[in-house]
Amino acid sequence: MSSIAMPEPDAAIVGRKEEIVAALATAIGAESVISDPAETRAYECDALTAYSCPPLAAVLPHTTEEVAAVMRVCHEMGVPVVPRGSGTSLAGGALPTADCVILGTARLNAVLEVNYPDRYIRVQTGMTNLSVTGAVEADGYFYAPDPSSQLACAIAGNIAMNSGGAHCLKYGVTTNNLLGVRMVMADGEIIEIGGPHGEASCYDLLGVLCGSEGMLGVVTEATLRILPKPEGARPVLMGFDDPEVAGECVAAIIKAGVLPVAIEYMDRLCIRATEDFCGAGYPDVEALLIVEVEGSPDEIDEQLEKINAIARSLNPVELRESASAEESAMIWKGRKSAFGAMGQIGDYLCLDGTVPVSRLPEVLRRTGELSKQHGLACANVFHAGDGNMHPLILFNANAPGELEKAEAFGADILRLCVEVGGCLTGEHGVGIEKRDLMLDQYAEADLEYQMRVKDAFDPDWLLNPAKVFPLDLSAPRRA
Amino acid sequence: MQPRDETDLAEAIAGANGPLRIIGGGTRPVGKPVAGEALSTAALTGIEVYEPGALTIVVNAGTPVAEVEAALAAENQRLAFEPMDHRPLLGTTGEPTIGGVVAANVSGPRRVTVGACRDFMLGVRFVTGEGQVAKNGGRVMKNVTGYDLVKLMTGSRGTLGVLTQVSLKVLPKPEETGVVGIEGLTPARAVEAMSAALGSPYDVSGAAHFPVSANDEPQTVIRVEGFSNSVAYRVGKLGDLLGRFGEVSAVTGLGPDDTSWRTARDVSLWEGGEEDVWRIVTRPSDAPGIVARLPEGAKFQLDWGGGLVWAACAPGTDLRARLGPLNGAATLVRASEATRAALPVFHPEPAPVAALSARLRGQFDPRGVLNPGLMG
Repeated sequence: MSSIAMPEPDAAIVGRKEEIVAALATAIGAESVISDPAETRAYECDALTAYSCPPLAAVLPHTTEEVAAVMRVCHEMGVPVVPRGSGTSLAGGALPTADCVILGTARLNAVLEVNYPDRYIRVQTGMTNLSVTGAVEADGYFYAPDPSSQLACAIAGNIAMNSGGAHCLKYGVTTNNLLGVRMVMADGEIIEIGGPHGEASCYDLLGVLCGSEGMLGVVTEATLRILPKPEGARPVLMGFDDPEVAGECVAAIIKAGVLPVAIEYMDRLCIRATEDFCGAGYPDVEALLIVEVEGSPDEIDEQLEKINAIARSLNPVELRESASAEESAMIWKGRKSAFGAMGQIGDYLCLDGTVPVSRLPEVLRRTGELSKQHGLACANVFHAGDGNMHPLILFNANAPGELEKAEAFGADILRLCVEVGGCLTGEHGVGIEKRDLMLDQYAEADLEYQMRVKDAFDPDWLLNPAKVFPLDLSAPRRA
Repeated sequence: MQPRDETDLAEAIAGANGPLRIIGGGTRPVGKPVAGEALSTAALTGIEVYEPGALTIVVNAGTPVAEVEAALAAENQRLAFEPMDHRPLLGTTGEPTIGGVVAANVSGPRRVTVGACRDFMLGVRFVTGEGQVAKNGGRVMKNVTGYDLVKLMTGSRGTLGVLTQVSLKVLPKPEETGVVGIEGLTPARAVEAMSAALGSPYDVSGAAHFPVSANDEPQTVIRVEGFSNSVAYRVGKLGDLLGRFGEVSAVTGLGPDDTSWRTARDVSLWEGGEEDVWRIVTRPSDAPGIVARLPEGAKFQLDWGGGLVWAACAPGTDLRARLGPLNGAATLVRASEATRAALPVFHPEPAPVAALSARLRGQFDPRGVLNPGLMG
């Protein structure tokens, strides 16, 4: 039995299923509407698989106009809509309710415009993150945000969650690379915000839209900044026998004025799992850092020299600079397979809190203490440069009560993140997973003004209504 | 009114019976003139937290920008978005505040590659039009906990809430600065050259064009920053890349605090002028066409590789009407009160977007007391 509640489905809406499906089919064609219970099950969950519920129906529109038609139907009939990119949310952002229509972006997958002189690309938002880079890389450009799920995740979901990735230390997250959108409002109106010029003329609506978890509008087209590829990149791997020293190393590198593109951290539990999984040749140490810099070969040498000097002053167990593309690939191989490797050893809950970089050593130590208290193992693999931690809590999903135990442990870690000046989620989003912890980070008044933003965009609260805000706080608005 | 602290400020707003005119340092009077009682954040000063190793600073809104910059400089760091100082262009005096910078989303030449003020904003505390204190974001670099009101507040010019505290990401100062220059380019060729530089892997941090320089020749300048050897290398590479546009000059050794870019940042060549000044953001490739459509006698300069066109023209000119449809936005930055009352200062939004902005204003300031009318 899972512990996160969802609102009771509206029986009146469920009872009108046939009528709703017929109206959707009239609006965008029956072949774009899925209503057979055997098929709607494909949409019953996202990557937070502990929670699932088949939707009333799912629609797969081809164009912005079809999305608008769907939204008009649902608005007129009072049916909630849950937008879904590729369904890779780890926070339950695309979890349906039995009375909702899932609006999938899968068929919105065209490149609309590539403009190199002005350095932007305009795409439909069902395109995957990696395919955006794929569309421009032959010409020497790339799209910077690189979430781990980039092979599968859609730009629509990246915008909804303001996704990050390993390289955002230098290049920023989605909101820093999103220039404009075409979107459909809850009532079906189509609007455009921003554009290639990338600046708001009045309020920064694009800024508030990005990361709003599909609750303010359905983004169908996006204008994204593309960047020229660096001349080269090279990682260095360092091993320490003390997690706190590794944490110190991160802060010292940042303070020294070198700005690596990535600083990644893995602990022993995770190192051993990835070694078993893919044999990347990592040293068996308490804490491992991968630091990557970019530039010409000489520029890379100069930066790595400074970084290595800092590392040496902290007595690393291992310091391994890549000497070739193959060695670089090996250094990254383990990190990139870390989540898969952890999956091999059991079920895990992946957390996503961020802490000030200066508090990393303390948080790592206290997470270890909490692990003993809760009696569950916890591995750490994360983006250390910006303090974005991903503790992986290991548990057995088949053992009664273990999921609840893992969730309680996770909640304690997230409260710790907030306590030291950090936050509940750095890049995965709130979804349903952290919804009921929001009051640990924010006062009711803080959340009231966030909910008022939703009031302004979606006065009837029909778009993804049961996410982000604690259910009892949003209840009067959802009624 | 000059409240002593955030609580005092909240009480002042809650108790307001009429419109309030929100003032930081008062150096950027951009927007429709507001009739109302002055409410100053000048007493909300001080740096609350500064962690150089985490690249973050938390500052009370009334703190002078100069004080923030001095504290950062002591740790060899800086505000990377290079906020413009509006005093020369607008003929104002006083001390710009960090809250004012954020409220107006003030950025400078480096915005073209590192981002605007809003891209460095991590957290805010503010007081709404109902006198309610609220916070959003925090002081960490990655944070998607709930809606991003930090971005919404940045650039809202005190019309959604009065900022009391801001958290910012800061960056290390570079060791060295280098500049590559080309003389004699037309606006179209200048934009082509700047696009070539910005589309290169050489990490350009500024690209500006002045139609008239000291020796009467148009001048196009490209900036790179970083470690000394790297700057020398990239200046050389950019010289090779841009050779096809004309003779390339290269200057290195300008140090970490090169002030030569203040002319681009502050548009200070137009200090003391009588003309209206417009700030037009657009696609770089549209800039030459915009320049060609400026009224006779108008002046211009380009920043952000052409993505920002500064234009000065005769007082009272409706430049938007003159330019026609624009893939971008034109803001009337300097003009008489009469002109600012007659022409929209901020670029008019399409009707449904303007309606959305108005609804947001209604949610944050239902009584309409915060800088009413300033943004439309």
